[in-house]
Amino acid sequence: MHIHEEAVERHVLAVLVDNEAGILARIAGMFTARGYNIDSLTVADISEDHAVSRITIATNGPPHVIEQIIAQLDRLVPVHSVRDLTESGPHVQRELALVKVAGKGENRIEAMRLADIYRARVVDATTESFIFEITGAPEKIETFVGLMREVGLVEVGRTGVVAIGRGPEPA
Amino acid sequence: MAEKSGADILVETLLDLGVDTVFGYPGGAVLPIYDALYEHPKIKHILVRHEQAATHAAEGYARSTGKPGVVLVTSGPGATNAVTGITDALMDSIPMVVFTGQVATNLIGSDAFQESDTVGITRHCTKHNYLVKKPSDLAPVVQEAFHIATQGRPGPVVIDIPKNVQVAATEHGSNRARTNTRYQPQTEGDFKAINAAAEMIMAAKAPVLYTGGGIINSGPKASETLRELAELLGCPVTSTLMGLGAFPASSDKWLGMLGMHGTFEANMAMNKADLVICLGARFDDRITGRLDAFSPNSKKIHVDIDRSSINKTVRVDLPVIGDVGRVMEQLIAVLKGRRFATPELGEWWARITGWRATNCLDYPENKTEIMPQEAIRKLWEATHKREPIITTEVGQHQMWAAQHFDFESPNKWLTSGGLGTMGYGLPAAIGAQLGNPDALVIDIAGEASIQMNIQELGTATQYRLPVKIFVLNNEYMGMVRQWQELTYESRYSNSYSDSLPDFVKLAESYDWTGIRIEDPADLESGIQKMIETDGPVMVDCRVAKLANCFPMIPSGAAHTEMLLTEADVKGTMDDQAKALV
Ligand SMILES: Cc1ncc(C[n+]2csc(CCOP(=O)(O)OP(=O)(O)O)c2C)c(N)n1
Ligand SMILES: [Mg+2]
Repeated sequence: MHIHEEAVERHVLAVLVDNEAGILARIAGMFTARGYNIDSLTVADISEDHAVSRITIATNGPPHVIEQIIAQLDRLVPVHSVRDLTESGPHVQRELALVKVAGKGENRIEAMRLADIYRARVVDATTESFIFEITGAPEKIETFVGLMREVGLVEVGRTGVVAIGRGPEPA
Repeated sequence: MAEKSGADILVETLLDLGVDTVFGYPGGAVLPIYDALYEHPKIKHILVRHEQAATHAAEGYARSTGKPGVVLVTSGPGATNAVTGITDALMDSIPMVVFTGQVATNLIGSDAFQESDTVGITRHCTKHNYLVKKPSDLAPVVQEAFHIATQGRPGPVVIDIPKNVQVAATEHGSNRARTNTRYQPQTEGDFKAINAAAEMIMAAKAPVLYTGGGIINSGPKASETLRELAELLGCPVTSTLMGLGAFPASSDKWLGMLGMHGTFEANMAMNKADLVICLGARFDDRITGRLDAFSPNSKKIHVDIDRSSINKTVRVDLPVIGDVGRVMEQLIAVLKGRRFATPELGEWWARITGWRATNCLDYPENKTEIMPQEAIRKLWEATHKREPIITTEVGQHQMWAAQHFDFESPNKWLTSGGLGTMGYGLPAAIGAQLGNPDALVIDIAGEASIQMNIQELGTATQYRLPVKIFVLNNEYMGMVRQWQELTYESRYSNSYSDSLPDFVKLAESYDWTGIRIEDPADLESGIQKMIETDGPVMVDCRVAKLANCFPMIPSGAAHTEMLLTEADVKGTMDDQAKALV
């Protein structure tokens, strides 16, 4: 017997929620309970009175699963709105990463040069290490981290993606 | 404004909301609430014997009255015992509000005595849940909880209340206007969608109405509207297990239940229809059978109040979000506005007549043993004039009841459909009897299932509830045995009901009347005696042990691959089919 798998798409969702206890568990738990994927999830409160948080979820799945994910999120009582930024047109995605690289000699120089090309900032340095801060679309960070792997990557911390639709309107 | 304790505020809020019955079981973490109830005789507290039974009793009460069921249990084991019934209510969309006690806020997280993470445990088996951290939050939370439990697609809501919140005092005035709630589901159907639906209906040559529990949840008026819609469309009607009673079984438009143990004509009609109108049902796997062979040539309209039900398993051509009762009214108005005339559908009805001729619910005659189907039919004959409320346990007896007991009106059929919980029937009957004191309430049970909440015999005795239990005793977990016969070459692993109690003596020890029926000749008189006996009665009806429930669509098979009789049984299945439930 074989277990059948389907082709998947990546989608970024912006979810506005009541900023209340347990909301993150409710959302993350819904994903696990129904077997959906989370590539990254970020959350922070965004309203003046701290009543509303914005959660950005990067997920992947076949189109009918993405449709279900949105409907299931929308059904949760503390969820105000769910926007599929991938579906609703042009948007900006950003992620921040801190990347620690150690090495001497040629590797160290190469790391510096690459950081310059990718506009990563040095936020800490010793004679044998750097910490770079890099901001950009997830693919850019992916590539940068890949390059750093070849010149002495020690560790990396990523925030996960935040995203917002282009133009004057809210998403 | 006066200062009141959290417990008093809770009880007063319940009174404000019109709650008259609470099913519960006390314990340390809810003692303040129990003390407040002592002062309020207007709320009737029903003391069950196990918290699971409190939740099913609340479901039975809710399903038979249309009002939300209310449950009160203590922390830790009280709360965990309630989880099965909460999950059951979620799966079957039953409005229910469950209050659980919790250790004091300063002890939460310390593994205190009888602490459990109730909000964590119930997060995914409730529609919503709360941990109330201060007494001033209680009234608004309780009001919102009842709103959420009853509006939109109904479901269970849990409110976890730490003991110090029950004790602490806060200002509580008479200003108890309902708080503006953030939960406002859409009930009106979109006008464009309704028009599109009307057009699809006008073009259909072979339409079928596929109805579900949503019609019952929408209220008795929706059942009336369904009848009107079926008349207007002139088309056949079938229903899920949960929707039985929304449409009268005596109607010539009625095809019987559809799905795994549905009728041949209902499943064939779904398979051959050119338009399926799904009203408050959700294309569950027990209905669809093999998905890629489900109603392959039809256009599909899906009316549901829960957007997440749309396109979940079956892709539909036209979703209509809204209250199914309201949407049917809108649809009728639009059709009438367009001068829609009820079509003949002659060819379609001719095919249906052909399928009906298989008489798929026929069962073999037996002179020496009582056939379970016969027992149900006789029970129906003897009681249907009194419009009884029927509850069931889970198994073959449940399916036989669905097939052979005919319902004419909604809120009379209470069964655990989505979760399939053995042990549901007796507590649900108790809840239904409390909500309908004059009704004849019968739990059609299996000898295995009834043992799962058998302790509730005592609850019925205590509150003088004249519920009847009709056990179809086949000495097997019959449904399990049937699957083993079909799938595992009759290797009956652990499906024999050994060491059964003497149900008659057991009944008598709880001050019930016990009746045993063994001979087919005594079936009718035994049933008559059950009905005529005042007070609670348990009937141990000994039936044919190896009877199977047909028709049956084995898991993973198409609607057209129905097993109609024993002769169709092969006794094995491939792994693909075995992997399906
Ligand atoms: C709580 C629970 N455990 C297990 C099952 C699986 N199960 C479904 S039907 C059944 C047998 C029921 O036997 P009985 O009550 O005698 O009914 P019958 O099928 O014989 O009519 C079992 C074990 C279930 N549905 N619920
Ligand atoms: Mg049995």
